[in-house]
Amino acid sequence: MTNRIDNTFEALKQKKEKALIGFITAGDPNISGSLNIITAMCKSGLDILELGVPFSDPTADGPVIQQSSARALKDGVNLRAVLEMTGRLREETSIPIILFSYYNPIYAYGAKAFYKDALTAGADGVLVVDLPPEESDEMTSQWSGNEVALIRLVAPTTPLKRMAQIAQSASGFIYLVSKTGVTGSDGLDTEDINDKIELLRSTTKLPICVGFGISTADDVAAIAAVADGVVIGSAFERLIEDNLDNPDLASILANKVYEFKKATKLMGS
Amino acid sequence: MSPNKTVNNKDNQDKFPDSKGHFGLYGGRYVGETLMPALLELDEAYNKIVPDPSFQFEFKRLLQDYVGRPTPLFYAKRLSEYLKGAYIYLKREDLAHTGAHKINNTLGQALLAKRMGKTKLIAETGAGQHGVATATAAALFGMECRIFMGTEDIHRQAPNVQRMKLLGAEVVPVTSGTMTLKDAMNEAMRFWVGAVRDTFYVIGSVAGPHPYPVMVREFQKVIGNETREQILKKSGGLPAVLIACVGGGSNAMGLFYAFMNDPVEMIGVEAAGKGIETGKHAATLGQGTVGVLHGSKSYMLQDEQGQIQEAHSIAAGLDYPGVGPEHSLLKDLNRVQYVSIDNNQALEAFKLLCVLEGIIPALESSHAIACAMAEAARRPQNEIIIVNLSGRGDKDLDIVSAYNFK
Repeated sequence: MTNRIDNTFEALKQKKEKALIGFITAGDPNISGSLNIITAMCKSGLDILELGVPFSDPTADGPVIQQSSARALKDGVNLRAVLEMTGRLREETSIPIILFSYYNPIYAYGAKAFYKDALTAGADGVLVVDLPPEESDEMTSQWSGNEVALIRLVAPTTPLKRMAQIAQSASGFIYLVSKTGVTGSDGLDTEDINDKIELLRSTTKLPICVGFGISTADDVAAIAAVADGVVIGSAFERLIEDNLDNPDLASILANKVYEFKKATKLMGS
Repeated sequence: MSPNKTVNNKDNQDKFPDSKGHFGLYGGRYVGETLMPALLELDEAYNKIVPDPSFQFEFKRLLQDYVGRPTPLFYAKRLSEYLKGAYIYLKREDLAHTGAHKINNTLGQALLAKRMGKTKLIAETGAGQHGVATATAAALFGMECRIFMGTEDIHRQAPNVQRMKLLGAEVVPVTSGTMTLKDAMNEAMRFWVGAVRDTFYVIGSVAGPHPYPVMVREFQKVIGNETREQILKKSGGLPAVLIACVGGGSNAMGLFYAFMNDPVEMIGVEAAGKGIETGKHAATLGQGTVGVLHGSKSYMLQDEQGQIQEAHSIAAGLDYPGVGPEHSLLKDLNRVQYVSIDNNQALEAFKLLCVLEGIIPALESSHAIACAMAEAARRPQNEIIIVNLSGRGDKDLDIVSAYNFK
């Protein structure tokens, strides 16, 4: 079965481009504002959307995404609302939508209902940041199919043998965490990332996308040269935080997508 | 409906947790991938190093010569007579070095960290007792130490902040969320993700991802082992009931574990804060539902959408919306009965213990004392109640005076 994620990577390969993946906390700063921002980003060249489910205790996130999550929660955004947003976005865009969540909201919703509702809404994948392969059977065993990809994380601390185990149960693409630390941490070691990608490629044929701490067009170009996709989260959320009262918020984000997308097309130049 | 007095048999007790840290439905390892290899490494090191005779020898020597163990089991005669009921004995963890049971665990973990080659310790703290105990272990072993503490707790437990600083630790104020223990733990986990290669995270309760709940129980079980031996020697029999306060639940697990196969009742006392009916409480087992927080599955205070709710208690060490996974299992098995005591009841018990026994208890432990007072009054005079007096109350004098003289 082909799906939107596989098709996207295949189409990008034909065009000799890499994927620009944008993380946005759903409902930040509120639901309608968020829908405007995301729709504008999709129209400006975003290849894949990671839609963050707000959580009260985001232990893997730095201050920028913590704040974005807090703003969305303040507006009453919960997993149910995120699934509704996904359905509305699906009417606006055909790019893959990955739901990015901590496990507790999904556990509270019920894994079975979550799968069904995510699929109906038009989600293509799920990434559960605090659900390692050791614990994820309890969620996936309740899924009625495998039409929603389970995106897995590989970290800088993951040894080769474990990479292979993770890759085995992953689908869609592998999310390689660029560095030890929370989201939005400073500093990229591209040489180290290069080594990790090579190791990871020896274990999987899935596309490899790199995220955490990528904040400038130069960073994007450097990662795009070696990976299949680049994930941007805090850099987008920081723009939202800095322009909360700006009526042009959506176009500011769209322009940033345009700038980053250009950087994914410069390979070999 | 009285609680089961034993978990059926020895086998039943020994099967928890399983190799992945599950206590039945609870526990496990729910963390981001960056931390998983560190937890697997820790689990391996824990299983290899801790049972080693040389580790046990050094740990026991420290507990004896540095902590001052065994701590006494004291018959609270005047309190018992005042209540005209069962005999109340106090397990004096308040007399352990640094003033609470927390030191048992931090010495165990710091010793393990040292043998694993880690040079830096981090910890979260609520009341500050775990922070002080971690800073103490770091000083003793010459390690760097950083303690995460919510600004609300920094304010209300100021003496412990000073102690940590004197001991050479850096106290990192946590301003996110509710600015209490939950957020201190969030921040410690965030820091650990970035420093995981050379830093050992000393978790202070039987909470967190596997192997922490089983490891902290292992280092705290000395409380119950001593108590069991002491009461048999003093009274020739077992107590009727054990009582301990439960925030995350380490002093309770430490006391209960040795008695798990005995016909002894156990009561865990949660904080009812301003009253269960006000919603401002920390009665996680009494009022919570099952979810995943801080690396393990357990009962917790949360809304229907899985967002964690704020806890409330006058005792910073109980002011936590989660609880250790083994307590969740013990609740479901009906092996331990979990009750709650509110701020005012705890303060009354605090005052009574001061004037009747000359002991100033921590506000956390005062919750257990309050429960023991009610139990003593309704039980026959030939029964024995043992209360874990988990810490001393010097840190709480400001809070208590504010209440007393208002």
